[in-house]
Order: sequence, then C-alpha cells, then structure tokens
Amino acid sequence: MPDTGTTSTVSPFSGSENPAVSVTFENLSKSFGDFAVLKDISFRVDRGEIFVLMGPSGSGKSVLLKHVVGLELPSAGRVFIDKYDASEETTREKVRLALVFQAGALFNSLTVYDNLALYPREHQLADEAGIREKVMRALQILSLENAAAKYPSELSGGMKKRVAIARALVMEPQLMLYDEPTSELDPVMSATISEIIATLKEQYHVTSIVVSHDRDLALSIADRVGILMGGQLVHLSPPAGLRDPGDPRIADFLHPQIDLKNPRFRKLES
Amino acid sequence: MQQLINVFEGIGSTLQLLVRALSFSSTLWRQRQRFIEQCYLVGYTTLPIVTILCSFIGGVLALQAGYSMENFGAKQFIGTLVGLSMARELGPVMVAILVAGRVGSAIAAELASMRVYQEVDALETMNIPAARILVLPRLAAIAVMMPILCIIGDLVGWFGGSLTSKFFIGIESEAYFSALRRFMEFKDVMNGLFKGEVFGIVVVLVCCNIGLNTRGGPREIGASVTRAVVVSLILILVLDFFVTRALT
Repeated sequence: MPDTGTTSTVSPFSGSENPAVSVTFENLSKSFGDFAVLKDISFRVDRGEIFVLMGPSGSGKSVLLKHVVGLELPSAGRVFIDKYDASEETTREKVRLALVFQAGALFNSLTVYDNLALYPREHQLADEAGIREKVMRALQILSLENAAAKYPSELSGGMKKRVAIARALVMEPQLMLYDEPTSELDPVMSATISEIIATLKEQYHVTSIVVSHDRDLALSIADRVGILMGGQLVHLSPPAGLRDPGDPRIADFLHPQIDLKNPRFRKLES
Repeated sequence: MQQLINVFEGIGSTLQLLVRALSFSSTLWRQRQRFIEQCYLVGYTTLPIVTILCSFIGGVLALQAGYSMENFGAKQFIGTLVGLSMARELGPVMVAILVAGRVGSAIAAELASMRVYQEVDALETMNIPAARILVLPRLAAIAVMMPILCIIGDLVGWFGGSLTSKFFIGIESEAYFSALRRFMEFKDVMNGLFKGEVFGIVVVLVCCNIGLNTRGGPREIGASVTRAVVVSLILILVLDFFVTRALT
C-alpha cells in the first residue's frame, strides 16, 4: 500500500523543507500490442532513498520510469507517488517530480539560462530577480555558471547532462528520476555525475530513482539496486548483494567475460 | 475501415487540442513575447512571398480575362472580375496555401522534432502543457496575421491586375478600378477575410496536432511534415467549398 508517513527534502534555494515522497509499484504490467515490456512488477522506493534500476538494454527500465511521471499508462497495476496515482494528471500538480532524460531533452531554441528559468517562469514561482537567483544557484551547484548564455547545441555531452540535472534541480523536486545519466560519458564525467546524484541526496534528501547500466554508479551511490530482465524484477538488494547475486544471468550481466574463442554472437548465430 | 477510423481520430484529437489551447487563453498576455515572435514568423516572413504570388495571380487573371472577354466586348469589366475573384476566392485560398506550405510545414517540423527528441515529454513532466506554450501563441498569431495577409494579398492582386490591364490589354487604371468598385461590396472582402481566418486556424491546428503526435525518428518527422501539408491543402479546398456555400 502507498506510504503516508513523512520525511523532508530541503530546498537548495530557499532552505525550506518539502515533504519527501515514496514510490510504490503495485503489480505493474505494460504491453505494446502483443509484446509485454513489464510483467507484474511490485516494489517500493522509500523516501530519501537512491534506488538504482539496472538491466540489459530493452529490459523495460525506461518504460518503467515513464510510468512514474505519467508519460506511459499501465496496462495493468498501478504506480503510486505517496498516496497519489502516478497515471493521473493532477499528481504532477501535487508532487514536484523531475526527470533527467537520457539525451537531456533540453529545449534547443533556448539558452541554458532560459532552459532552467522556464519552470519557475511558467509556474510564476518568483519575480525575474528571484528566478535569476534560483537559476544561478542551480548552475553554481553544477559548476555551469559560464554556460548560462550558451545554447544546448554548443555544449558537450557531459555538460548537457549537468544542465539537465540543474534544470531538474530548479524545480525543487521531491522526486528525481534519472534515465541513464552516465551513458555516453567518459569515466571521469560518469563519476562526477554519480557524485552529483549522491550529493543531492545527502544535502537535499531528494528521493532518487536512477535507471542505469553503470555498475560503478550502482555500487557506489545506491541504497538499493533492482535488476530488471525480460520485463521482470529478478533481483532487489542493497549494493552489497550484487557481489554474489546467485543467478548466473545477473552475474553475467554484471561481470561479462570477454571470450574471444567462443564469442556471444557466435552462440546466438548457432 | 482503419483509414476512416484514423480520419475520425485525427478530427477528434485536433478538436481536443483546440479546446485545450483555448482553455489557456487567459495566459496569452503572459505569453505576449511568444505571441509577437509567432506573429513575426507567420506574418512578416510570409509577406514577401504573398506579395509576389498574389501580384502575379492578379496579373494572370487579368490576362486570361482580357483575352476571353475581348471576344464579346466586355473587357472593361476586367477590374470587376479580378477584384471579385481575388477578394472572394483566390486571395484567401492562395494565402492559405502559402501559409500551409511555409508556416504549417515549419510548425509541424518544429513540434515533431520537439516530440521525437523528448522536449515535449520534458514539458509534460514539468507540468507545462504543450497546448499552452506551443499551440496557443501560434493560434493567436495566425488569427491576427491571416486577415492582414489576405488584405495585402487582395490589394497586391488588384494592382497586379491593373498593371497587366494597362500594359497588355489597354485598359486604363481609372477604368479598371472604376469597374472593380462598381460591382464589389464590402461584404465580398469580409467574406474573403472570414474564409482566410478559417483556413489559417485549421492549418495551424492540423500542423500542431500532427507535429505533437509524431513518434519515431527523423524519418517520421519528414513524414509528419508531408502529411501536415497535404492534409492542410486538402482541408483548405474542402472547407473552401463549404464555407463558400454557407456565405453565398
């Protein structure tokens, strides 16, 4: 059942406290035509937790994430953010949630500054001076002060990811969702993004769900890790549980051996 | 059967988008910067091509009418024919076709790209409806700019006809405009402007709806643009029949 207890996230801008939220997946299933992407998934992400969801490509991780923000509707089952049904449009008015998209999804026609200012402007959260203060603070947290006047097309992949996180941060979210935040980044930038996610949790107690292939990220910042394979949740444990997962499929996913004498694609061919 | 269902689905989702966009009308003043930007894109940047096209349409009309009407001694009525044709029919239809090709395709391409590259999803997660910031300013801009474009199209067409009549058919401008004024009423111009307004709003709505419902990648963006323009052109001509019938 959805949780109704209380914990708080701290706004990086006003210092005020927002009630943190939990996310509950109840028998969630999703099919596209005859193809079942998610099969009867049930688990819960606690308030203030960093939950990392791993799994091979095409296992349904991003689809699951889209259910939390209401971009996909369940074929069966439900997703709750606290007591609110995530599939209802009004939930996004009651709970502030932010999704950091895999490709950033920055507005290409707007500068970095205007990308960040869009949410507070559209929701009339402050006057222009207040918005400027919020935006510059978010850029400062992500070390992006010098990028304010640039357009997304002028940014590197790592900077785009950081701008996407900064844009999410301006929303003062109670729930942050990250879709492959370290994909296509070099190891140092991946580590930087992992540190940012962990810092946001430490300082502002935001509940975070991170969809990733990045084993290092999962092991270093997650409170718990779930592994999705073939649309089913096959593993759920703290990061320490990944050292000896038991299931050979998970072991192969986490520690794939490169076998040049007997490569995988040859096995698939045969 | 499936195609028929798709047509009704398209009509339904377009009407839904219209209602949704209009429900945010009270935010238009706050969005005045976007509105002005769209007025510039819809109106100012379309003006040169409207001017060129309508002046030649007026000229061609005068030429064709001149050669035909000369045979039964009615070439003094060229002004009437060009005037009425431009005001009631060709002005609004040709401007709408230009708007569909130039503005509609740009709208469909932009919104389809925003959808495919998840910018629209990002807006939705921020609880900022696309109908409010992407559709409403464009609708308002076309509603304001379309009558202006039609009036300019009419005027330029009339002058194009006048110049052609003078230099190629031998009808002086005074005679041309005298004939134009004699049989034209204010109602004729207003009917044309009304038609233009209907066409413009339909074009923008259809292109917004098709753009926002695009799924896939670059290939689908291209397909959406083509579909948006083709559907707009068909609707302009179909609606032209019914609106003309209703107004006469």
